Amino acid sequence: MFSSKNLKLLRDPLGDSNPITVQVLGICSALAVTVKLENSVVMAISVMAVLAVSNVVISLMRNYIPPRIRIIVELVVISTMVILVDEILQAYAYDVSKQLSVFVGLIITNCILMGRLEAFALGNKPWPAFLDGIGNAAGYGIILIIVAFFRELLGSGTIWGYPVFEKLGLYKTGYLNNGMMILPPMALVTVGIIIWVQRSRNKNLIESK
Amino acid sequence: MKSYSNKYIFIFSTVMVIIVATLLTFVSESLQPYQEKNVEVEKKLDILRSVGLSGGVDKAKNKNQFVEEKYAGNITKSLVININGEVQKGLEAFPINLKEELRKAPEERKLPVFIYTTPEGKEITIVPLQGKGLWGPIWGYISFQPDMSTVYGATFSDAKETPGLGAEIAQDFFQEQFKGKTIFDASDKFTSIQVLKGSAGKGNPHAVDAISGGTITSKGLEAMLSDCLGNYEKYFKLKKE
Repeated sequence: MFSSKNLKLLRDPLGDSNPITVQVLGICSALAVTVKLENSVVMAISVMAVLAVSNVVISLMRNYIPPRIRIIVELVVISTMVILVDEILQAYAYDVSKQLSVFVGLIITNCILMGRLEAFALGNKPWPAFLDGIGNAAGYGIILIIVAFFRELLGSGTIWGYPVFEKLGLYKTGYLNNGMMILPPMALVTVGIIIWVQRSRNKNLIESK
Repeated sequence: MKSYSNKYIFIFSTVMVIIVATLLTFVSESLQPYQEKNVEVEKKLDILRSVGLSGGVDKAKNKNQFVEEKYAGNITKSLVININGEVQKGLEAFPINLKEELRKAPEERKLPVFIYTTPEGKEITIVPLQGKGLWGPIWGYISFQPDMSTVYGATFSDAKETPGLGAEIAQDFFQEQFKGKTIFDASDKFTSIQVLKGSAGKGNPHAVDAISGGTITSKGLEAMLSDCLGNYEKYFKLKKE
């Protein structure tokens, strides 16, 4: 069940085949939902639920899906899952759903989902597909959380809404929050820095010229 | 690759769509009561917030029950008025959707008013607000002292404003500024409350500081205040006398 091959499915997306920093998928939502840590965590969990379940569903149907309409089938499965997550959030986590409103719907367009369904779930059994889904969503989530940590800290001076800088008395020394960190372009720069750090540590990731 | 006949593809698609549609309908139907309850509680909480009674809601074990009890205990009256300030009998104020009312001609609008009675017996008038920000709707509630001009409290919410910029209108530091501002000047002329850049708002009884970096949202908020409060102008004047 947790053979080394299966564990690799979980571990790889966290590092050397990270969907955001290495495959550069799902960048769009990494820019949008990383202003606050809380939103990023909920987004990561939502993507994990949607991706893991969609992967399993597609994997179960893989021998019955006609190749000519497979993209549509994948989209229908993803959209269904996303609507379910949205409905459930609205019923049981209303405050969170208000904050994430549009972004939950945008999970449908997250390239990681289509990418994993196409590349993995269509050709593998349900259990590996499930692990692949969890792994990739975790890889996506961890980058989201790192980016959100820095953006929230430097942009608003808080972590999970807790005013860290205010408690440290930093504002009395004349420090000001960097409003630019709140804007989407700085998310891109932050992701860029993470990619740089990762590639300087693992030279294999650098494309040969 | 296995090839499939057109017939198979049609049947496959039809079956898939039927299954998905049934599933979604079922989930949507069964969760609807919870979702509607959430919206209702949110509205009640907003009304309570505008008179500073929302404290402790984050710590409450059962948020819905907490809000319902507070609402029932403090919001003593609600009524519906028209643009001329006349009370419309037999109408429920709570279910009125202000957004739809604002689309109607001014004379046809049904305008809700909520009354909060303080422990000292003062009647605080609460009116709803509805407007447009930069990316989507903004809304809120504002409450007035018995002189019908001095702001008792205000609360604003948004759906899609930029976090950290326009969305700051939902923060306490912004809403606190409204307390004590007046919407009628010394000669009893309706002035609404302006949202001004820089420190222009300081010392001005009819203005507050805008959000830096949130100019369009701030302007939208200003328009929302003057449009919505404008509807109540006559009612306020009648009630004052």
